[in-house]
Amino acid sequence: MQVNEFKPLIVAFCCNWCSYAGADLAGNNRLSYPADVKIIRVPCSCRVNPMFVLRAFQRGADGVIICGCHPGDCHYTSGNYYTRRRMTLLFSMLDYLGIEKERTRVEWVSAAEGAKFASTMNDFVSKITQLGKNKRLEDLRCKK
Amino acid sequence: MQRIGVFVCWCGSNIASTVDVERVSEALKNEQGVVFSTNYQYMCSQAGQDLIKSAVKEHRLTGIVVCSCSPRMHEATFRKAARSAGINPYMVEIANIREQCSWVHKDIITGTEKAIILGKAAIAKVNLNAPLIPGESPVTKRALVIGGGIAGIQTALDIAEAGFLVDIVEKKPTIGGKMAQLDKTFPTLDCSACILTPKMVDVAQHEKIRIFSYSEVSSVKGFVGNFDVTIKKKARFVNENICTGCGACVEKCPQKKIPNEFNLGMDNRSAIYIPFAQAVPKVATIDPNACNMLKNGKCGLCARVCTAGAIDYTQKDEYIEEKYGAIVVATGFNPISMEKFDEYAYSQSRDVITSLEFERLTNAAGPTGGKLLRPSDNKHPHTIVFVQCVGSRCSVDSEKGKEYCSKICCMYTAKHAMLVRDKYPDTEVYVFYIDVRTPGKAFDEFYRRAVEEYGVHYIKGMVGKVVPEGEKLKVQASDLIENKQLHIDADLVVLAAAIEPDKSARGLATMLTASMDTNDFFTEAHPKLRPVESPTAGVFLSGTCQGPKDIPETVSQAGAAASKVIALLNKDKLLGNPCVAHSNEEICNGCSQCERVCPYGAISYINKEFKMPDRSIKTRRIAVVNPAICQGCGACTVTCPSGAMDLKGFTSKQIMAEVDAICR
Amino acid sequence: MNKAYPTEELLRISGVNPNKCMKCGKCSATCPAYDEMEYHPHQFVSMVNSGDIEPLMNSESIFKCLSCFACVDRCPRGVEPAKLIEAVRIAVVRKQGNNHLLADDVPNMLDDEIPQQAIVSAFRKYSK
Repeated sequence: MQVNEFKPLIVAFCCNWCSYAGADLAGNNRLSYPADVKIIRVPCSCRVNPMFVLRAFQRGADGVIICGCHPGDCHYTSGNYYTRRRMTLLFSMLDYLGIEKERTRVEWVSAAEGAKFASTMNDFVSKITQLGKNKRLEDLRCKK
Repeated sequence: MQRIGVFVCWCGSNIASTVDVERVSEALKNEQGVVFSTNYQYMCSQAGQDLIKSAVKEHRLTGIVVCSCSPRMHEATFRKAARSAGINPYMVEIANIREQCSWVHKDIITGTEKAIILGKAAIAKVNLNAPLIPGESPVTKRALVIGGGIAGIQTALDIAEAGFLVDIVEKKPTIGGKMAQLDKTFPTLDCSACILTPKMVDVAQHEKIRIFSYSEVSSVKGFVGNFDVTIKKKARFVNENICTGCGACVEKCPQKKIPNEFNLGMDNRSAIYIPFAQAVPKVATIDPNACNMLKNGKCGLCARVCTAGAIDYTQKDEYIEEKYGAIVVATGFNPISMEKFDEYAYSQSRDVITSLEFERLTNAAGPTGGKLLRPSDNKHPHTIVFVQCVGSRCSVDSEKGKEYCSKICCMYTAKHAMLVRDKYPDTEVYVFYIDVRTPGKAFDEFYRRAVEEYGVHYIKGMVGKVVPEGEKLKVQASDLIENKQLHIDADLVVLAAAIEPDKSARGLATMLTASMDTNDFFTEAHPKLRPVESPTAGVFLSGTCQGPKDIPETVSQAGAAASKVIALLNKDKLLGNPCVAHSNEEICNGCSQCERVCPYGAISYINKEFKMPDRSIKTRRIAVVNPAICQGCGACTVTCPSGAMDLKGFTSKQIMAEVDAICR
Repeated sequence: MNKAYPTEELLRISGVNPNKCMKCGKCSATCPAYDEMEYHPHQFVSMVNSGDIEPLMNSESIFKCLSCFACVDRCPRGVEPAKLIEAVRIAVVRKQGNNHLLADDVPNMLDDEIPQQAIVSAFRKYSK
């Protein structure tokens, strides 16, 4: 095993009704993806405050992905539309600040798409691994 | 300060084979707030739950973290265990180390590391958890059904049979809806009125059902279990309780040249009228736009002939306020206007009619007494052309009709064609179709019978234009199979007009905060699994207001909606979801942003007095969330510019703590 | 013989998406020049889509079309068959210079019977 192998730290926000269930389904089907992905459950993707994304980067995350129901399928009717708008704005601002667009992503994963969840995570992790460590927003005061 | 217990589950070997559970429970021991940490083979088993309960007592735990399978699996189980151990069920958090860890990772070292991090995140969250108590609200044991067609009638009857009070609000003077206007019904050809009118009588006689005819819903407030509804009872200038429906006034009324809506304007009615013989309630209504007495005070004949003394020219609109526990929308449909299809000459010739008009034309109680006579000259038509899909299946960019298939046209056209050929074998019948869509029990057999036994000419193609010329209608059409253009001299052209939701539906949806699709059909809470519920709690859908349907489908959906209403009204109290939004009134500045993003209309504003530091009193506008309506999506929490809005159970601080724990 | 033009090119010129067609035949039902044409509006849509373009280019149908746009107006799917016919015609005229008539010839052929729209569309067609 290589000692210096870069292991990215990835925070995934998953909505309770579609994507979290999709992640569970990936588990049920034993579809593996890297352990670097850590999932936080939120009721709806629209609960994800841009602050949370910023906080993750500040604390040293290398990538943040937000997963919600497909447009039109939101459990709360319209939540994912808000997510789409908010995150488009946030991600372009982050891009301006030097957080590459590839480090942030919004993906629609339904409760039936376990395979899509796993392939999305595999793809995302490999992209982030290529990009390497994110140091741009990391707050060194948070490191002890 | 919390006292947290950590319980790591092996799930037999499901978790234990890729996660070193011993190491996990050991590593989590030193986290903030943790006073007890253990692992066990099956946490969800009775023994596992007892382990949790005894640990709660022994270590005076205030919070619980279970590292196990998905919360979608056993969160409810562990919350129940917590409750029986005497702590608030919402002090339990689950770290999902099975579906999202042991099952997707193969390496025990990385799996264990991830499980520890997930456990830490859950612990960080529980440290900030607060006990939550779901709100309770009483249920008004009365249902409102909006619309008195077959959908509304069936829903009302089913609810009333279960013993609950039901009110039907119908905007027309009688219930019955579109089905009352139909002649025969496919595919069995039984007479529509014969099967509908007994149901209308059942409704009228049912002691649990009240009918508000000639009435509209004018406002809806409140939420599931507690709707406050105002019903506008339009003045019909006849006292409903006294009128016997004898019809003497209708006979004597001198104003007889008013287009009859029930026959779609194909004959006339008087200014005081009863829509049809089997109307329920069978009482007269005065049309204020046609009555001489109401317009200029000259006449009064009906009052003179009414032996019951039911006529009341001074009657005013009446507003009735009532409380309901559930609301069923059954607003139905209308054929679309033909104005954008001028090529069919609908506005130029009276002999170009819609299918609903054709129903009246063949109905024994219709304007011709059931004889098939064309409207312009009352002659018997010898060549009839039916055009399918008029206004259905149009693309958005053609800006003409509806994108969807209206579903019922293929079958009723087959019925019309068959009935014509049955009664008048000397009549040639052409049906121009794009596709014949007959999914339904005995539907395709029915259509084939029209072709094979009754000799209806089904032609794959479309009518391009209809030109009235003398007594004839020149029909120009294509026959795609024979690659020919056809020219038919027809006597009558019948257009299968697309159907669209009733115009009143949109205003109603706004009042109910129920969502609609782009075609103004009400959307269901889940297209497969909750097809009769609106996403708005306490609002149910019945019939064509949800999408095009035939009668059997409408009736079964009506029954399904009724069963959902019964299940709701059967409860004495509703337990809410305590994970709802909450506004901090100290911070809120009443900017209204949250109200705009709330899909449920759960947020309102009040003016509240605050004591200022200098002891003066200042009134400020602040947001208030109704916990019974809020579904807890959290859209408002992110929108709130001042950070006053937060979501219980998923507070910003809790999620931040999880982020921190993961990134540590 | 005119050489076949690629489907993509015709679709690009005309801006027509033949996949929107639901094959109802209303374009051919409404066509006033139907009996004059060897290939009818609905066939243009279908044949261009399947790449069967050579017969269309060699047919007089492309000049028999009046360009009255009735099919465009009445198509329930917004397919616009007349634009596709026009595109095939332009493909022939531009590449091979095979115009059926010259715009200058049109005035000599007029008589009192010809509808106004036919004159307008004749100039539209042959001035390219």
